[in-house]
Amino acid sequence: MHGYANPTRFLSLARWLTPVLLLSGIVLSAGAVAWGLFVVPPDRLMGETVRILYIHVPSAWLGMGGWTGIALSSAALLIWKHPLAAIGARAVAIPGMVFTAICLATGSIWGRPTWGSWWVWDGRLTSMLVLLFLYAGYIALAQASARDGGSSKIVAIFGIVGAINIPIINRSVVWWNSLHQPPSITVGKSAIAGEFLIPLLIAVLGFSLLFGGIVLMRMRALIAEMQVEARLRRRALEDDVPVAASMGTS
Amino acid sequence: MTKTGTGLRAKHQRMVLVVIAIVAVISAGLLAAYALRNQANFFYLPEQMSANPPEAGKAVRLGGMVQPGSLETLDDGITVAFVVTGNETATIPVRYSGILPDLFVEGSGVVADGSLQKNGTFLATNLLAKHDENYVPRELEGLEQHQSPEQSYTTTMYTD
Repeated sequence: MHGYANPTRFLSLARWLTPVLLLSGIVLSAGAVAWGLFVVPPDRLMGETVRILYIHVPSAWLGMGGWTGIALSSAALLIWKHPLAAIGARAVAIPGMVFTAICLATGSIWGRPTWGSWWVWDGRLTSMLVLLFLYAGYIALAQASARDGGSSKIVAIFGIVGAINIPIINRSVVWWNSLHQPPSITVGKSAIAGEFLIPLLIAVLGFSLLFGGIVLMRMRALIAEMQVEARLRRRALEDDVPVAASMGTS
Repeated sequence: MTKTGTGLRAKHQRMVLVVIAIVAVISAGLLAAYALRNQANFFYLPEQMSANPPEAGKAVRLGGMVQPGSLETLDDGITVAFVVTGNETATIPVRYSGILPDLFVEGSGVVADGSLQKNGTFLATNLLAKHDENYVPRELEGLEQHQSPEQSYTTTMYTD
């Protein structure tokens, strides 16, 4: 793992992995969503609105998985001071927030015809909204610390503390009476009929690959940004104080 | 910090600190969630409501299953009456005047906003249909919308 602390080695891996992940992710998720939209039969009670499942569930998975990734990278940053960990966590934050927002929006659109309400303050919906706000706070904090040269430790601590919301989201429908249904897929068991389940699993896989590709893309962009900044700083140093030029080598 | 001995020791120290912090945060969260156990319920089940009735007229939510065979439309044409059941034997009669949600059927889950009256009837001001975790295609089921109450009955209520 520490081999990839060297950005050149990481970049040479990311260079070919990014298009592979993006392409396979786009193909699988587009295929699964099309399958869900046009092939899957209507549900017994919900009718056609069941099709929103194929966007809602993968988005919820990535919203929560994204924060789990932030928490793991944050721990790696604090313990091993791995230089890529901070970049990885920053790269996950924005796509994670986008998928959380998609999850909330699609859930709301589904809730209106199914439950009869756009929004209710039950445990699952409220904890998912808290996750969206946590992402917003994390992004603001990470950007402020990157711009003003503040401590990345504070950001990492926020990433770890925020992770407490993930098991709460997961268990909210079990601990409390909620309007949102209990989990359909538990270990070794599924309350979803096969016709619905197979495209759903493909959609989750496809969205995840796509997410991985986006994160790698953003990591490369962040690394490039930092290299440009370092180069500019070095050049500025060279121009101002020619003697100090050798200090800038890294 | 030198590279060998002290660096390694510092790394272990950080790891222990991070693990302690994670354990503390998780136990704080679980403790908070446990304390919220009864306050964070979105609705009361009939057994919870009859064991510990809220004062008459206070706005609360009642949730459960619409008992099969209990749904009837009263003479005025817009008021419906039905009985809500939970996981136990307690039941609560409900009255509601207004538009019913599409998924509101006998044997399916319902959450009613409203208040308990002095006579023990729950007067609902708004109804929400609760969907269960089962996803079954219409063709495969081979049933009309109203004919599969037992299956959803056993699964809508989460039992530990």
